[in-house]
Amino acid sequence: MDVFFFQSLTLPLVVGLAGAAGVALCRPALAARLGALCAVICLAAYVGMAGAVTTAQSLAMPFWGIPSLGVAGGLQLDGLSLVFALLITGIGALVLLYAGRYLQGDPRLPRLMVLLLLFMTSMLGAVTADDVITLFVFWELTSIASFFLVGYDHERLGARKAALQALLVTGGGGLALLAGLVLVSIVAGTTSLSGIIAAREVVLADPLAMPAMLLVVLGCFTKSAQFPFHFWLPNAMAAPTPVSAYLHSATMVKLGIYLLARLNPVYQDVVLWQDLLTWAGLLTAATGALMALRETDLKRVLAWTTVTALGTLTLLIGLAPELSATAAVTFLIVHALYKAALFLIAGIVDHETGTRDATALGGLGRAMPVTAAAAALAAFSMAGLPPFVGFVAKEIVYEAKLAAGGMAGVVASVGFLVNAAQVAIAGLLSWRLFFGPLRPTPTQPHDPPKSMLAGPVLLALLGLLAGAAPSILGTWLVDGAVAAILGRPADVPLKLWHGFTPVLALSVATVALGVLILAGWARLGPRLRRAAPLDRFGPAAAYDRALAGLVAWAEGTTRAVQHGSLRGYMRTLLLVTALAPLGVLVARGGLALPEAAPVDPRALAFLLIAAGAVATALARGLFAAVMAMGLVGFGTAIVFLTFGAPDVALTQFTVEVLLVVILATVLIRLPLRARDARTGRQRASDAAVASMLGLSVALVLLAVLASPFDPRLGDWFGAQSVPGGHGRNVVNVILVDFRALDTLGEIAVLAIAAFSVLALLRGAGRRLRTGT
Amino acid sequence: MEILLAAAIGVLVAAAAYLLLARDLPRALLGFVLLGTAANLSIFAAGRIGTMVPPLVDQGERALAADAANPLPQALVLTAIVIGFGLAAFTLVLIRSAHDAFGTASADEMDEAERPDETPGPAAVAPAAASPSHRREAA
Repeated sequence: MDVFFFQSLTLPLVVGLAGAAGVALCRPALAARLGALCAVICLAAYVGMAGAVTTAQSLAMPFWGIPSLGVAGGLQLDGLSLVFALLITGIGALVLLYAGRYLQGDPRLPRLMVLLLLFMTSMLGAVTADDVITLFVFWELTSIASFFLVGYDHERLGARKAALQALLVTGGGGLALLAGLVLVSIVAGTTSLSGIIAAREVVLADPLAMPAMLLVVLGCFTKSAQFPFHFWLPNAMAAPTPVSAYLHSATMVKLGIYLLARLNPVYQDVVLWQDLLTWAGLLTAATGALMALRETDLKRVLAWTTVTALGTLTLLIGLAPELSATAAVTFLIVHALYKAALFLIAGIVDHETGTRDATALGGLGRAMPVTAAAAALAAFSMAGLPPFVGFVAKEIVYEAKLAAGGMAGVVASVGFLVNAAQVAIAGLLSWRLFFGPLRPTPTQPHDPPKSMLAGPVLLALLGLLAGAAPSILGTWLVDGAVAAILGRPADVPLKLWHGFTPVLALSVATVALGVLILAGWARLGPRLRRAAPLDRFGPAAAYDRALAGLVAWAEGTTRAVQHGSLRGYMRTLLLVTALAPLGVLVARGGLALPEAAPVDPRALAFLLIAAGAVATALARGLFAAVMAMGLVGFGTAIVFLTFGAPDVALTQFTVEVLLVVILATVLIRLPLRARDARTGRQRASDAAVASMLGLSVALVLLAVLASPFDPRLGDWFGAQSVPGGHGRNVVNVILVDFRALDTLGEIAVLAIAAFSVLALLRGAGRRLRTGT
Repeated sequence: MEILLAAAIGVLVAAAAYLLLARDLPRALLGFVLLGTAANLSIFAAGRIGTMVPPLVDQGERALAADAANPLPQALVLTAIVIGFGLAAFTLVLIRSAHDAFGTASADEMDEAERPDETPGPAAVAPAAASPSHRREAA
């Protein structure tokens, strides 16, 4: 479709990439501003496009298709994508600005900016992609950006381990996702997301539907830190605080939620889908709330509450009628606003006081009043107090949970406890931190500069404004996204005041319990921290064991295969050489004996060969072995002589004599250990391998001799020797006439061998002289 | 007859393999030579044996007599014997050079590239210092 450039969906992607390049080149002092400017341009672009997006209409345009591989490509902006795009660019701009100040003077700042911008671009690509392959590529790019950002302090072991853990968990899930998406596209006959949603009946009717769905859900669960894959998210707090605020609370971890919501129109009526999402979400929310109360590190506390929020979102998508979809979108926006603000505030506290330990901090409000005010606003929203948007979200989430049919009781009561924990933690982050008695800190605290305050203050104020006028938020953003989640428009108005309803009573009870928990936190926290089984038997411990096991397995395999022993390699080679043909021969019924000619005295030569071979193998001294080997050579020569091959016999005699003389000469000059150094046991097992090979070769040879013989080639040489080669010795004629070029090659090989021998002998002699 | 020859070749191959598995390289070389002999005999046997008449065209005849031996395997084996000899001689000198450089002719003790059961430490460093390349630099 014809849209002018500012309405182009590719514009933000281009701006993001160009910005990343620009940031890499410009002065560090300017990097943050340039990065924030790029984010603002993208934000403006999406705001400009928002008018074209309604509950019934979306923007679409072609992008990066591979028709030959059946990849449709294409970008699309509907209500759901718009919500995400606005959060990504809006929070992105504030975070970039903040990060410039937070890490001022750090020489690696430009790198952080480049990575953040690349991350932002990947996120935008992922949430606007209308093609599962495009979506997957951007999805994985966010995982890679996350890897580098978590491992920003790459000199710290903890940061490296956390980065690897995040990459392995989300990347492993990404593989499952790819498989799932490919299966879905094969079934639907298109890679286009809107096409897949349109073909939902076909997709669901296919026997592959359930495996595909499970794989996609697995990918989403790892990305969005759902139980039991939640453990990587708190560890990812090794990243600098702006990164945690941006990736690990507001945007990237919600990508899994995004895809679940995006595919909900396809699967919403599948019971397994509903159950999976509901129970995983519930378990995740409960785990997050419990673990958040255990922590003392501000960032880890926040990370666990993010896990709780992600669980709640998954749960709400699983519930899925109109009410819960509306609740999910509202809570998504609300959570992004207050959680990003709180993360940034935690960063400010860390930056200004030198510690993030919640037990060591208190009474900071007098020293940093603006920060305290922003923290209070954000925390009120988190606790779900009126008139903040958090209240609106909490009310509707409760409503949705109470309407959850048969599971309403479990869902609502777990939700009640989880929310009470949220209230307590909100109090911890505002009241305990900024009010009450002042506790001494490593450095003297004061309010940070404007560029660091802008983010939390603006986000907290937005929470208040949206709470005051929830219907605007509803019509502008939520309705469009809900339509995308359900596949049809829904009419659930957002209201601040519902009147005196059971939900309100539940809210009041939640706050009351939350305050109680907060009052008892000083005693409850240490008790929870001592509960060691939570650490020992959790999925995190399972991950550690799995990783250690994988490394040990790789080590074991490498040691077993690449053991470095020549004898070992040789044994393997010989055994395979023996068993492979033998196996085929037996399996295919190829064992056969030839029609044998009668035995005559010439067979004595065979006996000589066999006896010589055994003597060579068993000879004690090396010199005796050389002599026995000569015996084999002479036996062979006699075979040639008596079976009509005098030329070959002559050559064999000559070569054998030469070889024995040379061997004896060279070997006798070396001070060699004359005895075979193998132990009795080694000899026995070597003999077994050797016998196996001998048996195999003999049986294959017999099978060859039993098969019909085609004499045409020999007959042709016999017939052509006199007329063609003018010679009566056919073997000679073959060598010097018919196959003359081969013989020339043979001579060349011998010459090269002779030169090499000469070079080695001279070199060895010189080394010996200089060495002594 | 053929069965006996096949049995002899089997024994020959077994002896060769047994020697190839020995730790010291000179024995492995003997095994190598025996394996070549076994291969030559196999080629010879596969061309069918029995007759004692060499593949020579009689005076006055235009083609080889029907009872003469098959000339083709003989030509192949002839080449193979000579090449095998060249290879054996070259290997022998290699073994001697290796012995001069490492002071041993045992394959297990020549572990410059790969060490069985990697044990980092002084033991792993010491033989490397005596490697041929280092010696050449010193010279």
